[in-house]
Amino acid sequence: MATGIRDKVAIIGMGCTKFGERWDVGAEELMVEAFQEAIQDAGIDKNEIQAAWLGTCFDEVNVGKSALPASMTLRLPNISVTRVENFCASGTEAFRGAVYAVASGAYDIAMAIGVEKLKDIGYGGLPEFSSAMGTLNGLWFPNVTAPGCFAMLASGYAAKYGIDMQELKRAMAHVSAKSHANGALNPKAHLRKAVTEEKILNAPMIAYPLGLFDCCGVSDGSACAIVTTPEIAKSLGKKDFVTVKALQLSLSNGTEMAYEWDGAHFVTAAKASSEAYKEAGIKNPREELSLMEVHDCFSITELVTMEDLHISERGKAPKDIMDGFYDLDGKLPCQVDGGLKCFGHPIGASGLRMLYEIYLQLHGRADKRQLKDPKLGLTHNLGGFPMMNVCSVAIIGKYDA
Amino acid sequence: MVGIKSYGGYIPRYRLNRMVIVQNMAWYLPVIMAVAQGEKSVANWDEDSLSMGVAAAYDCMSGSDRKALDAVYFASTTLPYADRQNASILATALNAPEAGVDDADFTGSIKAGTTAAIAAMEAIESGKKNNVLVVASDLRRTKMATMYEMFLGDGAAALLFGKDDVIAECKGYYSHSCDFVDHYKGYGKEFDYTWEERWVRDEGYGKIIPEAITAFLDKAGMQIGDFDKVIYPCYFKGTHVGIARKLGIDPSKVQDNMHEVCGDTGTAHPMVMFVAALEEAKPGDKLLLASFGQGCDVLYFEVTDKIKDFKGPQGIKGSLARRVELDSYQKFCKWRDLIVADLGIRGEANPNTALTTLWRKRKMLLGLVGSRCKKCGTPHFPPSQVCVNPDCGAVEEMDEYEFAEKTGKILMYTGDMLAASVDPPAIYGMIDFEGGGRTMLDFTDCKLDQIKVGMEVKLSFRRKYKDEMRGFTGYFWKAIPQVEE
Repeated sequence: MATGIRDKVAIIGMGCTKFGERWDVGAEELMVEAFQEAIQDAGIDKNEIQAAWLGTCFDEVNVGKSALPASMTLRLPNISVTRVENFCASGTEAFRGAVYAVASGAYDIAMAIGVEKLKDIGYGGLPEFSSAMGTLNGLWFPNVTAPGCFAMLASGYAAKYGIDMQELKRAMAHVSAKSHANGALNPKAHLRKAVTEEKILNAPMIAYPLGLFDCCGVSDGSACAIVTTPEIAKSLGKKDFVTVKALQLSLSNGTEMAYEWDGAHFVTAAKASSEAYKEAGIKNPREELSLMEVHDCFSITELVTMEDLHISERGKAPKDIMDGFYDLDGKLPCQVDGGLKCFGHPIGASGLRMLYEIYLQLHGRADKRQLKDPKLGLTHNLGGFPMMNVCSVAIIGKYDA
Repeated sequence: MVGIKSYGGYIPRYRLNRMVIVQNMAWYLPVIMAVAQGEKSVANWDEDSLSMGVAAAYDCMSGSDRKALDAVYFASTTLPYADRQNASILATALNAPEAGVDDADFTGSIKAGTTAAIAAMEAIESGKKNNVLVVASDLRRTKMATMYEMFLGDGAAALLFGKDDVIAECKGYYSHSCDFVDHYKGYGKEFDYTWEERWVRDEGYGKIIPEAITAFLDKAGMQIGDFDKVIYPCYFKGTHVGIARKLGIDPSKVQDNMHEVCGDTGTAHPMVMFVAALEEAKPGDKLLLASFGQGCDVLYFEVTDKIKDFKGPQGIKGSLARRVELDSYQKFCKWRDLIVADLGIRGEANPNTALTTLWRKRKMLLGLVGSRCKKCGTPHFPPSQVCVNPDCGAVEEMDEYEFAEKTGKILMYTGDMLAASVDPPAIYGMIDFEGGGRTMLDFTDCKLDQIKVGMEVKLSFRRKYKDEMRGFTGYFWKAIPQVEE
């Protein structure tokens, strides 16, 4: 009988680069930057790392295939290194690989590193997807982009709950404004300016009804985690360390796309979060979680996700958002570091970047953003499109929490 | 009795008022003002002669069994492929049979439509075929500020020929062929090269059509007055009238050349005009149809009682009524690729088309054929081996299931300004099909602000992409929101 991952693995070191348009560096330099911070934080020697996972998505316009770029760039000691790719969950997948490797007893210390160099393509937005979708999909799939697909969710949500689009856009604007305010406090964020709701509402349209500020930035970045068992963490002299409470993944099976779905929620996120709460022993996430870093690729994604994570009731996320429930000084702060909104979304790095913020908060190292005595934090990634996606949910917390 | 069992027509939704061309281009060629009456039909940017042909073919076959077709003939001078049977793409889009069927393209002259019709009737008369679908279509690109730009429109028509239950019986035909070159298009050339208009009028249309009709009448022992409608193309209004005068046709019995409503649709035009005539015909009417282009075909049909019971499709009348004005000459020029607008680096991605994949999935991609679970009845698009219904999950228990003629409802949608598109925003969304099944499709022939969740859509075969580097045109189906015009 499986017992889940709760408290079987400790995070002993993390690193995260400054995210942004890093015109001066490539994926290799970004990996070194994140890795150096993590290894110093862990206080171990590089040669103590026994296995590693690299998360990166658009390898064709980035580091290239295989895990060799990580192994060679970091000069890892000829250990096993595996590249994982699972859309926007790629970073969390790398983390999952390292965590499971330690939990299985196969290794004592493992590492996860995620990286994405997006700004070598010459145009805005994520890299064009049509060359990367296989020989069949490209022949029939609509001419979609990420903002377009998530924009559709807003039309579905407004129709399902009978909300006027202007009213929904107001709640979406609050989502973005809140994240911009948080990002302004974070020296590692890409976008560091507060933005008013009015400015957000009046921005040029990217994909109806999403305007410019409803979309997250596009950035370069890398983040890294080093994990081991709680016993080894203790033997290394770590106190008040952070452990993994839950790690869940849920993938669409085509039901939403081809059979039945209301077009107003994420089937996978609802499932993955329920499983994660069970794994972590959380009964009432609205009360028990201290903070969340969710996949706010677009404002509407975050809004709907608040319901799928079982924090806001169905149809009630706009109200909670407008009540300030998810603001920095709210009951359950969300996107405390500024989120994808301000960090941008270097895909392979994002999941680990989210964990980095929770890790900092749990250690009381979040500076101006520091929350009072946080115990449990949740991260969430949503890769693909509302109608077919990969969703990861991770919960980490203090070992004794 | 050989004749026509059904007809169909397609005139694209967009119409360009000729005064818009005059306003934009009369500075360059003032004489275009002389023919600026009415409007011309303009195919959307994602349409071509083949996609319009598919629309006309579906219209024609809406009450007939597509599985009973013995052959599909496709006539056009603007075929997307020089070597790949365009008629077989059309037949696959119809999900028509492959075994025992011979599809053929008819091209090289704008009278190729009537040539195909005669070939179809000869095949049926010989007893070798029973049901032959003839589709004619043209989308002729013209240079800016030319008389051709004023005269030509886009459109398609289809006729189903057979033996039994015909709505119009063919009573005879006659052909005249000669190398009269009013215009031509050499290999690899983008545009037609045209000779002096006065000569084309007087020595071309004005002589060749009357002479062929006269020769047919002599051969058949008939008088022009025996006919209730005489149908022949000629985009010069004066010459169109002049031909009637020359032949002694009562002006009320001359079928309008449709200059004001859509313009001359080239290879399709004799059939477009003929379908328009059939839409108004009564039992017993005698119709004389002539074409033009390196000669002239003359065909004589007599309408039967069956036309009374014929459930008319959208046809020419219906598609003419379904119109929206295209108010921008620049947009027209962009749609026809006459001007260059930057698609951006995002638009450069250009994977080739895996012909192996296309072959395996031809029914899905060209015919919008999905599957339906034999156990639980759930329709699937794309076709699936494992049933998507979580309460069923049957494996390899699927029948073929056609979606092309289903309507659907919009579940969600967007208008995407980021996607590389000839006509931004790229509009797309999720569709729930009537009778079950759902998928995601590009939308076309619509404006973003007209669309709502829950709105009905119909499906249309369109050009999905054009791989200019390799000369490949890919097709798929799009959804057309049924907005109020």
